[in-house]
Amino acid sequence: MVRVKLWGSLRALADGEEWVEVEASNFKELLDQLVIKHPGLAPQIKRGVSLALDGVIYREAWFTQIGPENEVILMPYMVGG
Amino acid sequence: MAFDAQAPRKFNVVGTRVARPDGIDKVTGKAAYGADISAPGMLHGRILRSPHAHARIISIDTSEAEKLAGVKAVVIGTDLAMPQDAGFADVAINCLARDKVLYDGHAVAAVAATSKAIAKQAIRLIKVDYEILPHVTDVDAAMQPDAPVVHEGRALENVPAGMSQNVTTYCQFGHGDLDAGFAKADKIVERSFKTAATHQGYIEPQACMASLGSDGRGEVWCCTQGQYMVRANCAAVLGVEESQLRITASEIGGGFGGKTSTFIEPVALALSRKSGKPVKIVMTRAEVLKATGPTISASMDIKIGMTKEGRITAARGELRYSGGAYPNETVDMGAQAAFAAYDLAAVETVGWNAMTNRPKEIPYRAPGAPTSIYAVESVVDELCQELGLDPLDVRLMNAARKGTLSSYGPTFTDIGLVATLEAAKAHPHYSAPLGPNQGRGLSCGFWFNFGGNTCVSLNINDDGTVGVVEGNPDIGGSRASISMMAAEELGVPYDKVRTVIADTSSLGFNDITDGSRVTFAVGLATIKAARAAIAEMCRRVAKIWGIDEEAVLWEDGYAKPAGPNAGEHPPMSLAEIAAIAGNTGGPIAGHHEVNADGAGVSFGVHLCDTEVDRETGAVKILRYTVFQDAGKAVHPDYVEGQMQGGAVQGIGWALNEEYVYGEDGCLQNPAFLDYRIPVASDLPPIETVILEIPNPGHPYGVRGVGETPIVPPLAAVSNAVSRAAGVRMTELPMSPPRLLKAMMG
Repeated sequence: MVRVKLWGSLRALADGEEWVEVEASNFKELLDQLVIKHPGLAPQIKRGVSLALDGVIYREAWFTQIGPENEVILMPYMVGG
Repeated sequence: MAFDAQAPRKFNVVGTRVARPDGIDKVTGKAAYGADISAPGMLHGRILRSPHAHARIISIDTSEAEKLAGVKAVVIGTDLAMPQDAGFADVAINCLARDKVLYDGHAVAAVAATSKAIAKQAIRLIKVDYEILPHVTDVDAAMQPDAPVVHEGRALENVPAGMSQNVTTYCQFGHGDLDAGFAKADKIVERSFKTAATHQGYIEPQACMASLGSDGRGEVWCCTQGQYMVRANCAAVLGVEESQLRITASEIGGGFGGKTSTFIEPVALALSRKSGKPVKIVMTRAEVLKATGPTISASMDIKIGMTKEGRITAARGELRYSGGAYPNETVDMGAQAAFAAYDLAAVETVGWNAMTNRPKEIPYRAPGAPTSIYAVESVVDELCQELGLDPLDVRLMNAARKGTLSSYGPTFTDIGLVATLEAAKAHPHYSAPLGPNQGRGLSCGFWFNFGGNTCVSLNINDDGTVGVVEGNPDIGGSRASISMMAAEELGVPYDKVRTVIADTSSLGFNDITDGSRVTFAVGLATIKAARAAIAEMCRRVAKIWGIDEEAVLWEDGYAKPAGPNAGEHPPMSLAEIAAIAGNTGGPIAGHHEVNADGAGVSFGVHLCDTEVDRETGAVKILRYTVFQDAGKAVHPDYVEGQMQGGAVQGIGWALNEEYVYGEDGCLQNPAFLDYRIPVASDLPPIETVILEIPNPGHPYGVRGVGETPIVPPLAAVSNAVSRAAGVRMTELPMSPPRLLKAMMG
């Protein structure tokens, strides 16, 4: 199981949970499982999210490996100028 | 992606100050910018724009314009497709309005004619019948439940019900017990701030030349930060396939995020499709200011508690941003960045975006961060003043560092904020004496940086030179940096490498030049492409020598036997291997395609000394120093240029730049005469201190540098002015009338 932290304004769409546990070994599986567990997150995940793995931010890397030992944080999709 | 495990190395090319490859072209006028491209039979396009802030379009009569001799095509909104995707649809209706005009300057119709004069005359003959609607240009007013609604039904799913339909975005970040944190504070300061929308202020207005035939094949030459983005937008808005459009990025006269969208290219293509001729459109400065995105305008509330020793106990921010007439999520970035510099046990940032009758916001260096960090750093400075504490010591005491739970969620890994603050403290600027009416301001800044989709081809030419083909317009010196990294990896001199920017048909997809990504991500891909070419050259040499390819190593531009067991073979240079490539298997090239991650966040600290004229409210910048963790500085001149440029743009944002709207909702200052950006005579030399803390996510330790420098200046200048004037300033710009009024109480 992987624990992923949702940012504050997503929690209302995930039954108020700050940390969600899902069965996943990479980011794609994590996102898929989040949508299955909390369908209210689907629009945001479809628009795009970033994921921080042990402090390193990834924007789209579906197949980055994750495990229970990792700190996994869901973040908005990064934009820049 | 796996991070590079290469050990620290001594660089030969990287870190030097080689001649810039575009320098001669630019100073001699040879460089071809967007407006410099022409074609036989070309027509001139001109756009009719709304004179109203908000109005329904009842009808558009183009018949008189079409009758004018020399007019070859007229287009309106319905000549463009209406994509299903909301983002592309916003691009379409921003290029040419459909049912409503949403801001003063919104494009309504366009003409292509045989001369600029005829095109100008023709748009005056277009009759538009408007029903004027109530408008709103202030973000706080736009959030009121009874505010005029810019668009209906655009709120994201997490926006609470019952708010104005202008509110499209809500976000919240943070951790810890705020009430408990504030209860521990000896002093709490709570302030409200406002910042004006400002423009990126690039020198070169948007310009393009476009051709689209009846067969659906098209070409566009334009100044842009992303030719692949232009292709995607044009394909969606014109209803053609991406493969049929070839987009070539011209030389670019500045972008700063402002050229990450499209305004005129789809219009020029539509005019070309209708007329059968190439069409050129060049925006005027007034059009640029009225109709291409400025940054957000903001209204913010910040509350911070601090012990008398200077430890921050709790912090909360509420941000209300307006990105103009369309939804955007810039406030997400501002909210995440607001308190990123601090190690906080209790912190919360809440953000809202509200639509207003202003032009569509387009990113401007570190979008969202300068404003929120301005507000936070202003309150930190005020607390230091109130408690009699040194503002730099307080920041060091509270600085985020490795292991800090960041205010936006992740735990920081290796970051350079403390080193940057210590460099500022040790610098002579910080201890230099100040005179009467002078003040010193300090601010931290932060930006995320990212990598993104990147393709690079590296070709070994038969004369031993090297060509690098990459897909990101060079807005900050990237051609030099990419050539340097290729030269470094291959072991050849810098002047043997030439980097060019490919059109969209010549190289795979690349994200736009944004997010401080290019030197990091394209550099990473270039190094990997060079390694692929080196591996191929070693394979060729192994065949020549009749040994295993593992027995050949690459060193300083030569293939050499890896050890005594490989036999005695004279080293072969890159040029020698290239000269016989046809005999050994054909052309030699390296490629790399990646969606790069691991860009690494960046921190900066700015020091600013100002002097305030108590009679006029004018502010003089006396001294300014920028400290930044830049990772490995590939070309220090360009890194310093980014740091200086960001500081200057931030000084303009702090002191003078402002979108001024009248009661009619129309922009009052769409010209550089009235929209005042800093010029050289306003500024002292901007001193720079580069800290090279390697980014572990890049083979050479490179970190993005382009955006962080615009984050601290707003607060650094405001804190300096507030201390010099003896009154806390809470609104930007601090123009002379506003400062004078504040000083007079």
